[in-house]
Amino acid sequence: MKHIEAIDVNAYYGDNHVLKGINIAIKENTVTAFIGPSGCGKSTFLRTLNRMNDYIESFRLEGKIFVEGNDIYKKKVNVEELRQKIGMVFQKPNPFPKSIFENVAYGLRIHGEKDKKKIEEIVEQSLVKAALWNEVKDQLKKSAFGLSGGQQQRLCIARTLAVEPSIILMDEPASALDPISTAKIEELINELKQHYTIIIVTHNMQQASRVSDRTAFFYMGELIEFGKTAEIFTNPTKKQTENYISGRFG
Amino acid sequence: MSNLEIELQALKENLLEMMGLVSKQVSLCKEATFSGNLALAEDVIVNEKRINNLELTIDKDCENILALHNPVATDLRFVLAVLKITNDLERIGDNAKNIAVFLTKSGKKLDKAYLDKFSIEKMYEASIAMLSCLGKALKDDDAELARKTFKDDEILNKKNKSGPKTAAALIEADPKQAKLIVRLLAVVNKLERIGDLAINIAEEVVFHVEAKVLKHNKDKS
Repeated sequence: MKHIEAIDVNAYYGDNHVLKGINIAIKENTVTAFIGPSGCGKSTFLRTLNRMNDYIESFRLEGKIFVEGNDIYKKKVNVEELRQKIGMVFQKPNPFPKSIFENVAYGLRIHGEKDKKKIEEIVEQSLVKAALWNEVKDQLKKSAFGLSGGQQQRLCIARTLAVEPSIILMDEPASALDPISTAKIEELINELKQHYTIIIVTHNMQQASRVSDRTAFFYMGELIEFGKTAEIFTNPTKKQTENYISGRFG
Repeated sequence: MSNLEIELQALKENLLEMMGLVSKQVSLCKEATFSGNLALAEDVIVNEKRINNLELTIDKDCENILALHNPVATDLRFVLAVLKITNDLERIGDNAKNIAVFLTKSGKKLDKAYLDKFSIEKMYEASIAMLSCLGKALKDDDAELARKTFKDDEILNKKNKSGPKTAAALIEADPKQAKLIVRLLAVVNKLERIGDLAINIAEEVVFHVEAKVLKHNKDKS
C-alpha cells in the first residue's frame, strides 16, 4: 500500500527553485533512504512530508503530497496532528532539559493525556521499542542529559514513538554517533519498520545500503533515481547515481 | 583520481598481467607441441609459479578493496568479476602446465599425423584466439568482444566430442601407440577445458560491464 505519495512537487525558497517535479510513492512498513550531495534537496523534501518547512517564511510548495490518501497541504489540515502522525528524529539528539521519563511523556501530556498509569505504560512501551528500556529503567527520574549521545538519540526516538506515529522521518540520525551507537540505531530501524514507515536522510552510503529497502537519489533538486536499494547499489540505471554512490562526485 | 580508482587501476593492471602470462603459457605449449622444443615446455612448468603468486596477490588486493573501500555498482562488479577471473586463469595455467608435463615426459617430438587427426593445432589456435580476445575485452571493458569468444568455444567442444572416436580408430589401427594416443586425447580434453574456463571469463566481463548474469544461461546474448 502507498503510504506516502508525492505528485509533481516543486518547492522554492524565495526565487530559489529547490525541488523540481518530484514524483515518488513510498510503501507502508518500508525503510526508504534519501541520498544525494549537500544541497540536493533531500532534507527539504523530507521536511515537506510533515510540513516542517512551513516555519520558513520564503518557502513555497507546488504539487500534492498525500499521506494515507490525504492531501497534507490542504488548507484545513491540522499541522499539529499531522506531525503527531509523522514523527521526526534529527541529526543531533535534542532531549529536553527534563528527566528521561518526562522526555518521553512530554508529547502525551501536550496532547492532553492525563491518566498517570496510561502515561507510565506508554513511556515504558516506547522505551522498550526504542531499545533503551533495559539501560534506563532504574534511572527514569535522572536528567536525559546524563545519557550518552547514542542513548539520547534512542530517547528521542522513544519520544517520537510515544505519540504513536505511523511514519518516522530521520534526518541523519546517526551522523553524530560512534559506530556502536550507530549500529544500535540501525538495528532499531530494522525492528521499527515492522510497525512504521521510515524515511532516512543519510550521507553515509553504507548506512543507506545497510538499513533501507529502497533508495532515492536526489541531485540539484531532482529525484534522479528511485528503486530497490540492492539494485541501486549494484546496478544503478543512471550514470549520475553511479558516480555519486561510487564517490566520483558530490 | 580517488583512492578507490587508483586501487582499481592497479588491480586491473595485475589482472591484465596475469591474463598475458596465461595466454603466453598456452602459446608456449603450442610451440613446444609442434616444434618438439622441450625447453619451452620446461618454461611453462616454471612460469606456473608466477601465475599462482599473481593469483594470491590479486586475491589479497580484492580483499583489501572490499574491506577498505566498500565499492558499489560497476566497481563492486569489477572486483567480484576479478575474484572469479583469477581463479579461472589459474586453472587455465594448471591445464597448460599439465600439457607441458606430458610433453616433457614424452621426451621427443610428437608425430604430426597424430596431432592432425585430433585437430590439436586448430584447438590451440581457438583457445589462444579466445584468450587474446578476452585480454582486449578486459582491457577495454568490452562486453561485445568478450561475447565473440563463445563461437571459438564451439570449435573446441566439437573437436573434443569427436576425440574419443578418433582415439579409438587410431588405437585399432596401431595398438602399440595406445598410450601416446590416450595422452593426446587428454591434451584435447585440457584444451577444451581451457575453452570452458575462457567462457567463464567472458561471462564475468559481461557481468562487470553490463550487470548481466550469463552463467547457467543458454542464451548468451
